Formats: sequence, C-alpha cells, structure tokens
Amino acid sequence: MRVALFLTCFNDTVFPETGKAVVRLLERLGHTVEFPLAQTCCGQMHFNTGYQREAIPLARNFVDVFGEYDAVVAPSGSCAGMVRHFYPRLAEVAGDPSLSSVGPRVYELSEFLIDVAKVEDVGAYFPHRVTYHPTCHSLRMLHVDDKPLRLLRNVRGLELLELSGAEECCGFGGTFAVKNAETSTAMLADKVRHVLDTGAEVCTAGDNSCLMHIGGGLSRLRTGVGTLHLAEILASTEDDPYGVHS
Amino acid sequence: MSTFLGMPPVGQGHLHGRPFPGEARKALSNDQQRANLRKATGTIRGKRAAVVGELDDWEQLRLAGAAIKDQVLYDLPALLDQFEAAFTAAGGVVHWARDADEAGRIVTGLVQDAGAKHVLKVKSMATQEIELNEVLEAAGITARETDLAELIVQLGHDQPSHILVPAIHRNRAEIREIFKREIPGVDPSLSDRPADLAGAARTYLREQFLDATVAISGANFAIADTGTLCVVESEGNGRMCLTLPKTLISVVGIEKLLPTWQDLEVFLQLLPRSSTGERMNPYTSFWTGVTEGDGPSDVHVVLIDNGRTRVLADEIGRQALRCIRCSACLNVCPVYERVGGHAYGSVYPGPIGAILSPMLTGFGAHADVNTTLPYASTLCGACFEACPVRIDIPEVLVHLRAAAVDAKREKKVPTAEQLAMKALGWVFEKPSRLAAAQKAGWAGSAPLGGKRGRIGALPGPVIGGWTSARDAPVVPKQSFRAWWKKSRRAGPPTTTPSPPPDPELTTGEPS
Repeated sequence: MRVALFLTCFNDTVFPETGKAVVRLLERLGHTVEFPLAQTCCGQMHFNTGYQREAIPLARNFVDVFGEYDAVVAPSGSCAGMVRHFYPRLAEVAGDPSLSSVGPRVYELSEFLIDVAKVEDVGAYFPHRVTYHPTCHSLRMLHVDDKPLRLLRNVRGLELLELSGAEECCGFGGTFAVKNAETSTAMLADKVRHVLDTGAEVCTAGDNSCLMHIGGGLSRLRTGVGTLHLAEILASTEDDPYGVHS
Repeated sequence: MSTFLGMPPVGQGHLHGRPFPGEARKALSNDQQRANLRKATGTIRGKRAAVVGELDDWEQLRLAGAAIKDQVLYDLPALLDQFEAAFTAAGGVVHWARDADEAGRIVTGLVQDAGAKHVLKVKSMATQEIELNEVLEAAGITARETDLAELIVQLGHDQPSHILVPAIHRNRAEIREIFKREIPGVDPSLSDRPADLAGAARTYLREQFLDATVAISGANFAIADTGTLCVVESEGNGRMCLTLPKTLISVVGIEKLLPTWQDLEVFLQLLPRSSTGERMNPYTSFWTGVTEGDGPSDVHVVLIDNGRTRVLADEIGRQALRCIRCSACLNVCPVYERVGGHAYGSVYPGPIGAILSPMLTGFGAHADVNTTLPYASTLCGACFEACPVRIDIPEVLVHLRAAAVDAKREKKVPTAEQLAMKALGWVFEKPSRLAAAQKAGWAGSAPLGGKRGRIGALPGPVIGGWTSARDAPVVPKQSFRAWWKKSRRAGPPTTTPSPPPDPELTTGEPS
C-alpha cells in the first residue's frame, strides 16, 4: 500500500528517530512510504490555544499535501486526533468543507497497523521491561483502545508491565504545561511515580509530546528509566535490535 | 455564534473568582486538602464506574439524556410558559428573575411577607450562584443550610468546593473542630466518628426544622406539563424542609425543565449513578403547587436566567445547559483532583465550571478571571467521557479559548503569546521556513544540553516554567526532513542502515 507519512512538525524537529522507525517498520511490512516534503504542521497548537484563524492556513496546507493519499499515518494520537476530530470544526469556522475531507483517511500508527494493514505481530524484537502510557487523545479522542497493547504483546523478548492509573493524563496538555506549570508538575509527579512503581526500563506511548513531558520528569530525577515511542519498539528486530540510527 | 440583536446580559453572583493559575498554585501547597481530595474523588470514581458498568444501555441513556435536554433548550420559551401555567393552576406562584439582584429581591420580599427572620435551606446550587444567603443576611434574615456538607461549609465560614460534596476539602478531624466551635451546646468530647458527627448535626438541625416557617430550595428538575418540581437527595433533610414549613420558595434555573414525567425515567437513572455512584438516591421528592392540609400552603418558584440565555445564544457552548449538576466531571478531572474547587473561583468548579462560569459572566468586566478558566484543563477528555448528558467539555473549552484570544486581538500592543503564535504560523506556512527554524532550534538548544544532552533548569517565564521540574530535550542536528532528503534522493534503500547494538536506556530520551 502507498502510505503517506505525516510525521508532525514536532517529531520532524525534535524526535526524527521516530519518523525513521515508522519508515523502517512500514517498509518491512511491505508498504511504500512517502514523506511529502510540503508538510509542516496540522495546526493543533494554534487551535488548542485559541488561535483558530491562524490554524486555518495550516489545515489548508495539510489537505493540499495529503488529499490524494488513501492512507495517511501519523505517529501521534494527538495530531491524528486534531485532523480527524477538529478539522470539521475548523471547516465550519473557515466556511471551507474541504478541510474535513482528509480526516477519515488519517490513522494513528497502531490504528493503521491493526485496522488497515491487518497485522498484530509486526515481527519486532525488544528484550526489555516496558510499560505503556495510553495518551489521552489516542485513548479518548481516537479510541484506539488496546491496539497498542496488542502490538506490544506480540513483540518478542518484551515484558509488558501494567501501569497503574494508566488512563490518567500525565499533565502535559500542550500550553497547559506552561500556563499552569505547577498543576502540570503535580500531575507529572504522580505519573512518574506510577512508571517507577512498575519496575520498567522504558515507558512507551504513541505521542512524543507526552513522552517528552514524562521523560523530562524521569530524567530530572535521574531515575535511569527511559522513554521511547511505540514506533521505535515496533521497528526493532532481532537482526537489527533497538535503535534506528542512520 | 449566531447573529444576535444585542447579547443577553451577564450573570452575577458567586461566579467571579481570582485568576486560576495563582489560586491553583496556592491550593497545591495545601497537602491536607490534596490528600482529602485524592481519597474522596478516588472513592466516588470507583463507585460510579461500578454502577455505570452494570447497565448495558448506558450509552443509549446518555444519548437520550442529551437529546431530551437539547429539545428542552430548543423549545425553552414554550416549555417555560407551559410550566408557569401548570404551576399556577396547581396553586403556586411563579416569579421571573433576570439576574441575581432581581432573584435576591424577590426572595427577600417573599420571606418578609411571610414575617420570618429565619429560613431553612435545602442544598441548592442556584441559590449559591446568586449569593442568596448573603443577600438575606443583609436584610436581617438568617439562612440555615440543612444539607450536612453545606452545614459544615456554613459553620466553617467557608465556601463550597464541590457540587455534590461541598465540604470535600475537609476531613473528619476538621469537621469535629468546626462543630465544637460553632454548634451551641455541643458535647465537648465529640469524637470524629462519622456517626457521632452526623448525630451532632441531627440534634442541632432538628430544633431548626421544628421552628422554621419558611424554607428555600432549588430543584433538580421542573416538569413542564404538570408544573411539578423535583428534588433528589441522600439525607432526608431536604424533604424536612420541603414539607414542614408553611412557605416554600424554590429558586430554579430556567434550564432545569423537562417536558414530561416520562423524561424523568432517563434522568433518575443518569443522575444518581453519575453523582453518588448509587443505583438510586435515597430520597426523591416531588411537589405540584399546593395540596390542602398537606405540606406548605404558600408555594413559590423563582425562575432565574442570570446569564443562561447568554449561554443559550452560543451555538457550541449551549450544550453546557444540559448539565444536571451530577459532578461526575469533577470526580474524574486530574486538574480538579490536585487543586480542588476553590481555585475555580465560582460555585461551579471543575471542568463544567471552567466552561459555565465564563459563559454565564462573559469575557467583559471580569476578563482577567474568565479568560484563565478555559485554560484550566489539559483537554484530556475524561470529563466528556464521564458526562451523563454528553457535554463535550473539551470542545467548549477550545471554543472559549478562541473567544478569549479573539477578544484580545483588538488591543494595540500584542501579547508575547500572540507574537509567538504569529511567528510559528509564519514558520509553518512554508516547509523551507520550517527547515530553517529546525536548524536554528538545534543551534539554539545544543549549547544548553551539557554532557547529558538534556536541558536542565533555565530562567525565563516560558521555558523556566517547563524546566523547573522537567529536563527538556535538545533539538537534534538533523531533522527528519533533512535526513529524508539526504537518504531518499535516490529512492528508498533496499536495506535500512544498521544501528549500533542495544544502546543503554538510561538517558530518559529516545535513542
């Protein structure tokens, strides 16, 4: 299948390894991956902060860039959620129905693998103790349910550890972490404690923004526990174990 | 928002607190309150999940609840007329109040007409909203709360912090101290056992019930076709108020209507399960005007607007008027759990308060307060999932954020946030600009990374807030798009480049 990768501006800039992992994983599964270079940002940050007018040209660009693809994959529940859930609202604000045309073809990575590519065992190998944080937008906006867990359970060598309070927000919330920094920190402290209680080496999720927040807390406390995007675990194989460095 | 010939007036009363971030910061330092809240919300959450899980048709009930309430909002003028006619025909008197001032004047006048200096109250959000106790006090009338938690708040000279459990921020030891200090003649050796505390309150309240001639209530529902009011409660103290005194005055928001008794079927399932985590609440009282020889003989209802038509005029925000005050959204909200109700600066705290208070009062005179409430959320969506009438609170929060931002656009001097958003919009307009910004991001952040490659505590209002408790990643030298352009110039490679074997997972950042 010819798949377009919508990496998201944040991953493109700060977590390029996640993008490389998605490419490696999808190509291993036999798909042709394209990365349209005209992509920039879905407009979520503008939209969620209240700058809806500023988000409209970004949504137009997204629709121009990805409009022709049958499937668009994003390694971010949050940005996929923006396009699927909020572009219809933006279409109303802008008076431009075409803005809601691509949404149904945009998939978060685990949705694409299970619902479109119909694969639960991606042939991954990752011999580590891992806990999974279901990010809010994946869970409650896209309803990915247990799809990431089904993928992780099929990873050879991986010991999956249950995270208590998993469905509770980590406290990131985009600009919330800046506008209400202290409240965000209080939520983060509880999430970090729960991650440490699992005894995992790695906390994984489908969104690097939440992982940057959780990882930032883990790193500040020098816990030795790392964070890694789901795509990077699924890309890892026995021949080519963890790591997608170029 | 649709075209309107003048925006309906804003609400008044207990809806204007101080800006959220500062109040939240203060609340976070109260360890006792945080522990009380964590325990209480955790317990209610568990009970709610269990009883909701028992129903196979919960989602259908939610849909039905939302649909009935939407129909009420659509037909509101006709239903209000119908209610007024039926309530009047049953011997009651209907009063209309545009705002808190008018409602306060009407109720004060009715109490004075009855010749009373003391009134009893059933727990009521509407009377809290319009600051009725304070208004009555100014007129020399004492209002005594009879709901146990409301009584604790009143005796503690405190404000409620939760819709269902107004004293949720207090624990048993604190309550014992309040009772010992405030209840005349209370046993000085009173223990903090719940049964003993309830006993002390019961003895005190019994005297009040037997003396009172006037009671004031709210209502959970008002049934339009029969003119019936309904109060749902757990303790029975409300029923004492509704039946013993001669005069009964109910203060009811205009959105509380339901068309028929049949519609109650849905809400009497949705409300207790969402609210107290019970299949059914212990006491449900109905009254339709006056019945000779039984209950109050002088029955009034004050129907208040106080900003509600303003909310109704907002196409996206009006769904907040479906709210049945169950507080399920408070109990699942991770922000509420940490900061408590007082930080929201309104009788309506938590997620529903974060949308309802700004809409009732607008972004005008109290801009500094109300513009902060839509940001008092991570948009995690737990509130929407728990809401029995499917109020999409995150959607309304985002909508209100847009209103707050648009209200500031006219100002001559742009804010730092406006400038940042504009700059980022410009960067994202063209991929070449994004690529240039990525290089600049690396150049700017790399020197801050130190040996660990992570950015530690930094000064400054924005990045300082972030790095006070979290390390920030350094922007990598090569963005994904730069890598793609370089590696894919000749098309996809036949094999992927080999990585170094199993690096250490100790840095708290991706490989």
